[in-house]
Amino acid sequence: MDGGSVLPRTTRQAPAPAPQSLYASRVKVHPKAVHGRFRRLKWMVLSVCLLVYYALPWLRWDRGPGAPDQALLIDVNGPRAYIFGLEIWPQEIYLLTGLLILAALGIFLASTLLGRLWCGFACPQTVWTDLFMAVERLIEGDRAARIRLDKQPMNASKAAKRAAKHAAWLVISFATGGAWILYFADAPTIAGQFFHGEAAIEAYAFTALFTATTYTLAGWAREQVCTYMCPWPRFQGSMLDEHSLVVTYRDCRGEPRVASKKAAQPGSGDCVDCAQCFTACPVGIDIRDGQQPECINCGLCIDSCNEVMIKVGREHGLIAFDTLARLSAIHKGETPRYKLVRPRTVIYSVLILLVSALLAVSVLGRSTAELHVMRDRAPLFVMLSDGGVRNGYTLKVQNKRRDVQEYALTMEGLPGAFLEVQDIGQGGDGEPVRFHAEPEAVTTLRVFVAAPRAVLKGDSTPITFRLLEAGPGVATATTAAATTENVFLAPRR
Amino acid sequence: MPTKIEKDQISGQDTTGHEWDGIKELNTPLPKWWLYSFYASIVFAVVYMLLYPALPHVGGLLGWSQRGELQATLDGEKARRAPMMARIESTPIDQIRHDPELMTFVQAAGRTAFADNCATCHGAGGAGAKGYPTLADDDWLWGGTPEQILQTIGYGIRNANAESRMGDMPRFGADGILTRTQIADVASFVLALSKPGTDKTAEERGAAVFAENCAACHGDKGAGNPEMGAARLDDGIWLYGGDRATLVETIANGRKGSMPAWSERLDPATVKILSAYVHALGGGK
Repeated sequence: MDGGSVLPRTTRQAPAPAPQSLYASRVKVHPKAVHGRFRRLKWMVLSVCLLVYYALPWLRWDRGPGAPDQALLIDVNGPRAYIFGLEIWPQEIYLLTGLLILAALGIFLASTLLGRLWCGFACPQTVWTDLFMAVERLIEGDRAARIRLDKQPMNASKAAKRAAKHAAWLVISFATGGAWILYFADAPTIAGQFFHGEAAIEAYAFTALFTATTYTLAGWAREQVCTYMCPWPRFQGSMLDEHSLVVTYRDCRGEPRVASKKAAQPGSGDCVDCAQCFTACPVGIDIRDGQQPECINCGLCIDSCNEVMIKVGREHGLIAFDTLARLSAIHKGETPRYKLVRPRTVIYSVLILLVSALLAVSVLGRSTAELHVMRDRAPLFVMLSDGGVRNGYTLKVQNKRRDVQEYALTMEGLPGAFLEVQDIGQGGDGEPVRFHAEPEAVTTLRVFVAAPRAVLKGDSTPITFRLLEAGPGVATATTAAATTENVFLAPRR
Repeated sequence: MPTKIEKDQISGQDTTGHEWDGIKELNTPLPKWWLYSFYASIVFAVVYMLLYPALPHVGGLLGWSQRGELQATLDGEKARRAPMMARIESTPIDQIRHDPELMTFVQAAGRTAFADNCATCHGAGGAGAKGYPTLADDDWLWGGTPEQILQTIGYGIRNANAESRMGDMPRFGADGILTRTQIADVASFVLALSKPGTDKTAEERGAAVFAENCAACHGDKGAGNPEMGAARLDDGIWLYGGDRATLVETIANGRKGSMPAWSERLDPATVKILSAYVHALGGGK
């Protein structure tokens, strides 16, 4: 002790300072095994997440002949996304966007109410790091054994343990990377092809990529990903407020810390300074220092502390999920309260309902056919020898069904006009032309509309193309599969 | 050059000798990885210069060139299209439109060929212009069947090709065949063929002149004759304009619009594609 000088060391030891680096290398974290409520919850979430990730591609879903029978499949070449009963075409990618927006809003709401729930329990980085740590603990032992092993010089036993650990990590990483490609091709097929060396180069490339990233991020980088790489914790702060649940050290109860032997002293806090909260922490912080950006809110320090509290015969919950508002209320001697209804929770809930409703409407209102009309621009119109005017249109009819469809095309808005579908047939205003559309394909029609000069009121007349369902048994088609407005142009009078 | 190189007390590194308000700059060497990447890129650049054309007028050792690559692409494209082109060539022109696969090819290939060769005069999409017929309408000078269109495109109109379509309208005014009054009367008659007339007596006088001078080619009622390219006069479509002044000029000086023989410039399959494409523009008979 030198009187608590705050001057930097270099200025104090003036003459010959040792060269020092500004780079602080990572202090390796050796979290100890924890048992308790949150640990059990974490194991459960981990199991569910991994089960879903590895098993989902193998789940089958019958879509009839000719269609893939994989429940969740993103067919890049198709190009379609199959999500159980939902079949998404490229132009409906907004549905996936909607799902992502919904997921984001869900995390917003969860963060506002329960803090970094995502970070501590469900984030893949947390899940896989947890899994890798469990493997590490199984092979190399718990915290103390691992610290000893790290310090120990290399020998046969250490080498064997290290090799076993990395081998196990690589196997898990490979399973992770390998499972990724199952989502993009028929799982049994690609799995067979993969091991026979027949899969596409992309399959091997992505497997290698995700094997490497899993091994690096979950095995080596771990908490550094959360602390330095991930942007989410940085802007997550804007979703939290003093009413959000966060892992908190109840300092008013714990302080002043006294080792448990002296605990009989009056005025001492409940904290026995056993450092079990710190040794359990997977990101290597001391929660008693207050809220820290590194904390992922996993709750392991709570479990760890509770074990000690029960042993020393004190009430558990010295570290707990609590809100900063409640904590400050206790400090001030007021009654602590949870506050669930806050502007931000209301806004997020309303947004979630809104986006869900929008998604539901767009999913339910999906059509089985689409009609796009492109009016010829050159020539804008053609004068006919009988004095009439003709316009040309290119119609794209998309049949999204899996079988050949018979449609009837009608044009309305020009009484007395003729409708000609090139090479297919002729009709008139309101009088349909029937045609076939190939399954899951776009049929292109050249359409001419000719109108006598007399019916044209001005140089631009709005007309409507209607695509009607005309199955084999349907005599007069009335159900509109798609409708598109366009115009009919004529020279100015 | 730095003059006062000294060792920094804290880091143990040399300084550059530069000093600003007491702050000295450390002479930090380039990172090794950067330096070696730099050397590697110099080596790469030298090898690259040798292998690829990097200097003017000197090709690279690999013999690669952008022109060569373009030619290879074009050749590849030609080879890719060859089977369809062969099918087009072997299919009779009036059968092409009944084959949806061929028509899909015609629509794509015809669009570019038309834009490259025809659109200059006939306009994009065959919209036409004064003196250059609209190809999308139902009025044809030389006939609108696929065979007639193929003949017209292949050998052209009023050109030096032996097979060229020929048809000559006399210069009735310039060569003194008709008087000014007669021309005005004929114009009145011809205008009245498609629109209600205004001057009955002039039309009657014109009718007589028409029967004598024009009907041989344009027909008694002005229905036209595609055999000799005589325009139809009783409809609403005018190649040079349907107003009286234009009509008088047409009769007085004749019209001698010309079109090249495209078989001299394009391969037979392309001419066929263009014929089928023009036929499908909307006016084909």
